Amino acid sequence: MTEETDKNVCLPVELSAESRFRRFWAKLRRNKAAVAGAILLLIYILCALLAPVIFRGNPAAPNLIMALEPPSLKDLLGTDELGRSILGRVLYGARISMLIAIGVVAVGLFIGVPLGLVSGYFGGKADFLIQRVTDTMLAFPGFLLALALVSVLGVGINNTVISIGISMIPLYIRLVRGCVLTVREEVYVEAARAAGTRDAVILFRHILPNVMVPITVQTSLSMGTAILFAAGLGFLGIGVQPPTPEWGAMLGSARGYLFNAPHVATFPGIAIFLAVLSFNLLGDGLRDALDPRFKI
Amino acid sequence: MTGCSKPLLHIENLCTRFDTLDGVVTAVDGIDLEVYPGETLGLVGESGCGKSVTALSILRLLRCPPAAIEGRILFDGRDLLQMDAEAVRSVRGSEISMIFQEPMTSLNPVITIGEQVAEGVRLHKRLTRTESWQRAAEMLQKVQIPSPENRMSQYPHKFSGGMRQRAMIAIALACGPKLILADEPTTALDVTIQAQIMSLMLRLKDELQTAIVLITHDLGIVAEAASRVIVMYAGKIMEEAPVRELFKDPRHPYTRGLLGSVPVIGRSKRPSRRLQEIPGMVPSPLRMPSGCRFNPRCSQAMPVCCTEPPPMIRLGEHRRVSCWLEAESSGTKGSRGQGFK
Repeated sequence: MTEETDKNVCLPVELSAESRFRRFWAKLRRNKAAVAGAILLLIYILCALLAPVIFRGNPAAPNLIMALEPPSLKDLLGTDELGRSILGRVLYGARISMLIAIGVVAVGLFIGVPLGLVSGYFGGKADFLIQRVTDTMLAFPGFLLALALVSVLGVGINNTVISIGISMIPLYIRLVRGCVLTVREEVYVEAARAAGTRDAVILFRHILPNVMVPITVQTSLSMGTAILFAAGLGFLGIGVQPPTPEWGAMLGSARGYLFNAPHVATFPGIAIFLAVLSFNLLGDGLRDALDPRFKI
Repeated sequence: MTGCSKPLLHIENLCTRFDTLDGVVTAVDGIDLEVYPGETLGLVGESGCGKSVTALSILRLLRCPPAAIEGRILFDGRDLLQMDAEAVRSVRGSEISMIFQEPMTSLNPVITIGEQVAEGVRLHKRLTRTESWQRAAEMLQKVQIPSPENRMSQYPHKFSGGMRQRAMIAIALACGPKLILADEPTTALDVTIQAQIMSLMLRLKDELQTAIVLITHDLGIVAEAASRVIVMYAGKIMEEAPVRELFKDPRHPYTRGLLGSVPVIGRSKRPSRRLQEIPGMVPSPLRMPSGCRFNPRCSQAMPVCCTEPPPMIRLGEHRRVSCWLEAESSGTKGSRGQGFK
């Protein structure tokens, strides 16, 4: 305790990046919902990574003799209409949905963030053009846009990622543009311009790090949405195709057995629910913890 | 003082207008001024008189549109207003740099101090990362930041206001510019720190032979630091004079008003001597009074002041005033175009 006090006396203006991180961490830890979200997410990631360790066997290989078995010790979550273990398919499905979530936000980030930066910083004609395209894209509900794109591009995991990714781009453009409009008026941006710094350097070195907080939060929330959209497309049969174990597609094929074998639809449904919930809880928690105005 | 040498910066008839929704605002209206190498020119006036806009116009930092800048800004013989954007960018920071009023917000919170100082050097002097880092350390040493090597890897929030302004000065001086535009560099600082920062700036100015345009509303700082003063009001130059003459013999009623509104501790034993204020307010840029812009607030206004803008009367080298009183006494009534040439 005394050592701590001494340290503070020696360094009176101590509020380093490290201690800011500690503050953020303390705030996040105090938020029970966010902690629950983080734990769920951790379990989800572990399931995705360790799927082959937890479940030995091929989740896509049919075994018709075992079709529609209820949960038992042999098959903890039962089997589906083709006799495949639902546990295995849910675990491997976590990998697919994780891949889709990462791919989707990558598309959104790599295209949406630069466009938002340019739009907000330069203004003028570029801004007008980007914003009108964004308006047009936002006029469609996100899922409808993804659905339309998939019907043009065709089914499959890559096209699912691309089409959901594209439907996320306008959200990033709007978010980043709004933040840049505030940050570009800061004196340090003007000072950088007065020092002869190039626009590209100002954008990526001076402005981008100052808008990372909302981007981080949006990324967490979009991952949840991406999983939901992918499941929706899978359910409709135009997303990831069987026999790939995808949660939405599992739900879709299980809907015929809702009454005689409800477990087939229940477990992938729970998986989707928990995965989306984990991202949303964590995203909300991150927003609260990263926002300096929000004090707990 | 340096009257015979060639001016470093020569501004002719600079006009800066902003097209706003309420109408066209002329923030700077036809000003002429010269800055000589190595001198300190004080640019004085109330808030909103166009001092900062003048500085931002010189560096072309105002976004165009909405700003429209006209006139000529000759720096070292080149017209900054005619240069292309890339050429102006290479002048910024390397030949003309700027120090801002707010040290608390003029450093980027997410980049270390060392990086921010080194960045400009790397850009303009084409040095390697290590060389520019060393140069940054030298500059921080020069602005008397203790243990610069340690301080360089810290972020701005660990620096106090005075320290940040020192860092800003280091950034401004790092490339050895010929001219520094200091926009209220000490306004946001404590009085004791103000004195330190000013004396530091003046010392480094002499050491590096840099000219300074010191934009301020603080006449005390002008008296201490500037060799020549230009008084601005509502976008126009009211008076120019060497600093001693301005304080000894102010010719424009506005300058007299400004000087009268500064409290001088211990000067007068008479308790009856109240601080003089200039009545009225700075006119709205959208509704400038006709004639002399100062006429609604001027105690010596004459009928002609309300109808005709006063001519610029030259009273000597670096001494001019824009006032009808002076025109009357020097007998140049109504003959305009006798302006500063």
